[in-house]
Amino acid sequence: MENEINQVNEEETEVLSSAKKRRIVIPGEIIVTGEDYLPSDGTRRVGKDILAERFGLAEEAGRVIRILPITGAFVPRRGNTVIGRIVDITFHGWLVDIDSATSGFLPIEESPRFISKNEMDQFLAIGDVVAAKIMGVKAKGIDLTMRSKGLGKLESGFTFKVSPNRVPRVIGKEGSMINLIKEKTGCSISVGQNGWIWIRGENIDAEIKARRAIEFVTEKVHIDGLTDKMEEMLNDK
Amino acid sequence: MINKRGDGRGLTELRPMMAKVGIIPNADGSAMFAFGDTVAIAAVYGPKQLHPQHMQNPSTGILRCVYDLLSFSVYDRKRPGPSRRSQEISKVTEWALSPVLDLKGFPNQVVDVQIYIIQADAGTRTAGINAASMALAHAGLPMKDLICSVACGKLDKEVVVDLDKHEEDFKEGEGATDFPLAKFATSDEFTLMQLDGKIPPERVKEVIVAATEACKEIYEVQKKALKEVVNE
Repeated sequence: MENEINQVNEEETEVLSSAKKRRIVIPGEIIVTGEDYLPSDGTRRVGKDILAERFGLAEEAGRVIRILPITGAFVPRRGNTVIGRIVDITFHGWLVDIDSATSGFLPIEESPRFISKNEMDQFLAIGDVVAAKIMGVKAKGIDLTMRSKGLGKLESGFTFKVSPNRVPRVIGKEGSMINLIKEKTGCSISVGQNGWIWIRGENIDAEIKARRAIEFVTEKVHIDGLTDKMEEMLNDK
Repeated sequence: MINKRGDGRGLTELRPMMAKVGIIPNADGSAMFAFGDTVAIAAVYGPKQLHPQHMQNPSTGILRCVYDLLSFSVYDRKRPGPSRRSQEISKVTEWALSPVLDLKGFPNQVVDVQIYIIQADAGTRTAGINAASMALAHAGLPMKDLICSVACGKLDKEVVVDLDKHEEDFKEGEGATDFPLAKFATSDEFTLMQLDGKIPPERVKEVIVAATEACKEIYEVQKKALKEVVNE
């Protein structure tokens, strides 16, 4: 589990550090030609060429070519941390709306502590917001777990949605952006890979400030040195 | 022998094209495409769960298209709602687009494409396909290629590209011919071929050559629009 979290962070760091080597590609476009390159996410090899299979930013990380999505709906992947809302309670667990095509299923065994089948709705009722991790994506649905650090029920506070493609920017390099916002506003913030963000602060003003800050980041994605600008902005208010 | 058309275009010259991507903030992908006075908008929603359930396919996701003219897009008000014509065009659009899409990663799911013509001056299905192809790419779906589409036709004996409404209604000589085509942008696979009117079989080749040339120009416009989305 721990290892997976680190991998995710590394990926995001990489994305931000190699900014100069990226360019926008459209489906069917030749990204590079050569036998040395390896096709990865969103690309395929045809003869000597590596073609784009989707719209996005093509990135060369050494020999590996991959495409980072910049638009589109959230596609759940194993290991993603998501924020969702309980929509139903079944005999074996909870159904969670995670804003993707298929809803998530949180089995009773995957709750952080032992829950008896009779008291399921006391632990998580319909409408409650949870942070959970995707264990696996199958044709029939998405399996979730809450048995990991930082997951669980999110009490009070509020949630709102940003584009899932902007989430790496909101988090920043090794979490720099989100930590800055947390520090300056004093709010607890939880960011899901599905674009849902949960905020709880000491008072409503702090919460609004944090939300404004996050929305600012999602709108101004193409500015260099965004973390510094953010710091200035948060100090002003 | 004529070499200039009613609006001063050459025989294989397209109307001025315009394309824009990301015009509908609520959609997962959206685009606009215009051939002169024909303007089409397309919005993509999904992949999402498919209902009714009996349409679900456990081995792949499906594409569902809706094409329609808006009431004010034509000179005589078009009665809103689906018609025989719009249902047919929805279906051929679906067939024209699905060969490039790979929805195997989204079983039991659907991608909804809605195409609306906000101004019509002939060639609406081709403008709609061009817009929808860009919108699907913008939605970040796995695609082999883009689709380019253009309508060819005949003015008496001359093969022309991208007819407008006056030319489509041209009745003199051999009569009106409308020949809409759609193809993969970077290869020679055709995904739409319809024919309304008459054309000698040996001249079809000529039409295909003209359409292939026109599609190259359309592809450049689509490419430029897609690359501009993020360069704000």
